[in-house]
Amino acid sequence: MLTKKILISAISALSLTLASNAAFALSAEEQKGLDISMEAKKRDLGWQDSTADMRMLLRNKQGQESIREIKIKSLEIHGDGDKSLTIFNKPRDIKGTAFLSFSHPVAADEQWLFLPALKRVKRISSRNKSGPFMGSEFAFEDLSSFEVEKYSYKYLGVEELNGFTNFKVEQYPVDENSGYTRRIVWLDTLEYRIHKIDFYDRKNSLLKTLTFSGYKQYLAKHWRADSQEMINHQNGKSTELKWSNYNFKTGLSDSDFNRNSLKRAR
Amino acid sequence: MSFSVNKAFKKPLNKSSSKKLTCSLTAMAVGASLLLSNPVFASEGASDVEFEASSNIAIEQRYFFKEALYPEQLHHSQTSLSIETELYWQWNGGNDSIIFTPFYRLDSQDSQRTHGDIRELAYVHASDNWELRVGIRKEFWGVTEFQHLVDVINQTDGVEDFDGEDKLGQQMLNLSVVNDWGIVDVFLLPGFRERTYAGAEGRLRGPLVVDDENVSYESSAGQQHLDVALRWAHSVGDFDLGAYWFHGTNRAAYLSPSALEPSSTLVQYYSQMDQLGVDVQATLGDWLWKFEGIHRSTSLEDFWATQAGFEYSFIGVFASNIDLGLLMEHSWDSRGEVALGAQGSLLQNDLFLGARLAFNDMQSSELLMGIGSDLDHNAFSFLIEANRRFGANVIVSVDVRLLHSNDENDLLYSLSNDDHAQVSVAWYF
Repeated sequence: MLTKKILISAISALSLTLASNAAFALSAEEQKGLDISMEAKKRDLGWQDSTADMRMLLRNKQGQESIREIKIKSLEIHGDGDKSLTIFNKPRDIKGTAFLSFSHPVAADEQWLFLPALKRVKRISSRNKSGPFMGSEFAFEDLSSFEVEKYSYKYLGVEELNGFTNFKVEQYPVDENSGYTRRIVWLDTLEYRIHKIDFYDRKNSLLKTLTFSGYKQYLAKHWRADSQEMINHQNGKSTELKWSNYNFKTGLSDSDFNRNSLKRAR
Repeated sequence: MSFSVNKAFKKPLNKSSSKKLTCSLTAMAVGASLLLSNPVFASEGASDVEFEASSNIAIEQRYFFKEALYPEQLHHSQTSLSIETELYWQWNGGNDSIIFTPFYRLDSQDSQRTHGDIRELAYVHASDNWELRVGIRKEFWGVTEFQHLVDVINQTDGVEDFDGEDKLGQQMLNLSVVNDWGIVDVFLLPGFRERTYAGAEGRLRGPLVVDDENVSYESSAGQQHLDVALRWAHSVGDFDLGAYWFHGTNRAAYLSPSALEPSSTLVQYYSQMDQLGVDVQATLGDWLWKFEGIHRSTSLEDFWATQAGFEYSFIGVFASNIDLGLLMEHSWDSRGEVALGAQGSLLQNDLFLGARLAFNDMQSSELLMGIGSDLDHNAFSFLIEANRRFGANVIVSVDVRLLHSNDENDLLYSLSNDDHAQVSVAWYF
């Protein structure tokens, strides 16, 4: 009995060692995938804060369309996830609704919603990563800021796309609440801009493809796409996202991202 | 969803003057615009004044399944039209703003429900870590869903809807200071608003109509008593905390049958009160744990009350995009169960269960079901609310409410013929 116990603990200790070794000693493909993602993140650091307008065009299989208009203010936080304030303008019935988020690379995000009809600020659960954002084909996790710690990586090779040579990197979400088993990301080797993402659902079948176009460089450093299109291969719906009025280093600070600023956000 | 009708109060009250200090909408508007006139003129010089206007018009049709219990009440059908407009100006990059939100409802049956209100007419100045808000505003406190126990600043617009969530605009001067240890709000509240009640023709009322001409106050200042409130609110990790002290006119009137025989109306008496309130929400993964508690002290009584429960969310049920939220809350009041006609709480030991389905579709379809049950005797209420967007700017809502009680002492008993369905079509532009 005793020997059996010792044996079991010896085995589990061994498997633990193996597991931790596996975690630390990345394969060459895993290391390269991680390096590319870290470089992409590093190249965009230092934007401080930004404001932008976003227009979503939702389209279903029958061609019916619906519009969402949103303003987003973001604040870069060093050593943590970004803070953001999202203000809804359309559809008209939710005009004035605002959403405050303190994102964290690994820990749960902190999120509050302001409901203008009741003037109520509601703390909401941030566990909903996989659900649709405002009925669109974008999930909440598709719109959250990219943090290196959110995925593990594997480099798949180089591929030509949109006239650029692209790194092809596979990303595996760390968060068990993610709606995906993996994403395949195409980043150009020149500027590390994302051109395409394939999303694979929990059953590992291809769910969606996101393509980026109209890249512009701001402050001679930060590349942002004017347009993103998400196509859902399984339900035939799509969402087109157009960005405008990008501004960086506008002077936003922590005091623009609290309950009071949430209540008066416009 | 909360059910905030006051029980009648039999004990004769120490009536002060029944003279009513009417505070007309015009007077309030003039007062507020005087307060606001300086920033308005200042803004004319400033560049970049941005203006936004938005409105909604709604038509609502109610149908009561049973014949009225009291002779003057409407029979089955009640139609109503409402309009709300919001005018908003901002300048200094949004650090200064003025908001004006007038509201009006026209009702086909109940003359008391035909009413207007200035929901907001306020100037807000925001600095880095403080804000000054002056004028008529709405301020919401609390975390629970079935009863808003700690929410105390604004008076309930009782004729608007059954759930008590509609509020009248409140005149205030509010300084809000953001600190590392939380947000502190100081409120000075001049000018009290009386609650609105269904008229003689209206449904959803007890046997006696509340008389809006027969109102008395404990304070000799009457409606002009200056109420004050101090609140602290903070978020610490997974916890959102709030605590406050309120000193001033009780938003809930003590109602008692008029002295005239036979009594056909209820007279309103607004006492002074001191109230301490606490609200806590813990957001732990898919669980939201919620607690609200108050201690209210008036010259007539002292009591404690709580509302506590949870909400649990299932994301993407039935392998779809649908989210399911399950809610459970319990209401408790230290005054316990009291006979109809005595002052007490309707929610002394009540359990609420709810289920919310969010379809997350293009039309933002939602379905909410709730059951409230009095655990001390056989009484329950049941409701379904469904809404969906049609086209870009129209929201259609359908509500069904069923009320039942076996106990003649229960206020719900007097409403047991008032089961109804309500359809509303609102156009936003």
